[in-house]
Amino acid sequence: MMAFAFYLFALGVIAGGLFTVIARNPVHSVLWLILAFLSAAGLFVLLGAEFVAMLLIIVYVGAVAVLFLFVVMMLDIDFSALRAQMARTMPLALLIGLVILMQLALAFGAWTESELAAGQIAQPMVPGIHNTQALGMILYDQYFLLFQLAGLILLVAMIGAIVLTLRHRSDVKRQDVLAQMYRDPKKAMELRDVKPGQGL
Amino acid sequence: MIGLEHYLTVAAVLFVIGIFGIFLNRKNVIILLMSIELILLAVNINLVAFSAHLGDLVGQVFTLFVLTVAAAEAAIGLAILVSFFRNRGTIAVEDINVMKG
Repeated sequence: MMAFAFYLFALGVIAGGLFTVIARNPVHSVLWLILAFLSAAGLFVLLGAEFVAMLLIIVYVGAVAVLFLFVVMMLDIDFSALRAQMARTMPLALLIGLVILMQLALAFGAWTESELAAGQIAQPMVPGIHNTQALGMILYDQYFLLFQLAGLILLVAMIGAIVLTLRHRSDVKRQDVLAQMYRDPKKAMELRDVKPGQGL
Repeated sequence: MIGLEHYLTVAAVLFVIGIFGIFLNRKNVIILLMSIELILLAVNINLVAFSAHLGDLVGQVFTLFVLTVAAAEAAIGLAILVSFFRNRGTIAVEDINVMKG
């Protein structure tokens, strides 16, 4: 059962990743990306890291993938022109991919686990405490400074994204609340007493 | 029995797919950003697999920080992309040459 679930999720991750990069339509790319993230979350559940799995779904599928979808649909781009040169770059991309895959396989073939590895565990998992609680206990204790720093990174990213995309358009008329509030009847209109027979 | 090696293999294949995507879509910045997300996902799978294998929670803590940085990077990258498209009307990488880099 575990093996079946593993192979299912592994297939989902790899197929999702592959079709993300080769799909013709960028909207389909984003949907394949969502499949890859959901399958990776499944793999994390199999590994016993439930908190990271749920976070992956919330952050990636809920936020990042939707952001990608918005941008793909907002930009008016002729994607077929961008895709036309894919056949030209395919041989080089395949070559580089194969070379890196072989390098990884060579490194993996020579890899053995050190006997010292078991002695260097920084935060051993305590049996009986479930994953979310254990992560919270070390995240708010040992890694509190890093946790705050991660929050700072997100704040900077948020401010940066707003500053980059905000623009003030001068060709549309908008309501200016402050100008409305400072408007004074004395300055706005003038009462004239017009005599009969005379103009202003 | 599914062991560490299986997860490492999946992560390695996903990593290579990410690099393949970067070289395949050299014109489309949106797909490049998605390929970077795939590479970071492969790294996360590695970290969590070793965390489960060694019984060490630090790997999962590190995954959280990688996730944070990946989300921030996607937000900033897409914001730059939107403002670039507004100014130039294209997202092809070879047209990004204002700074003569």
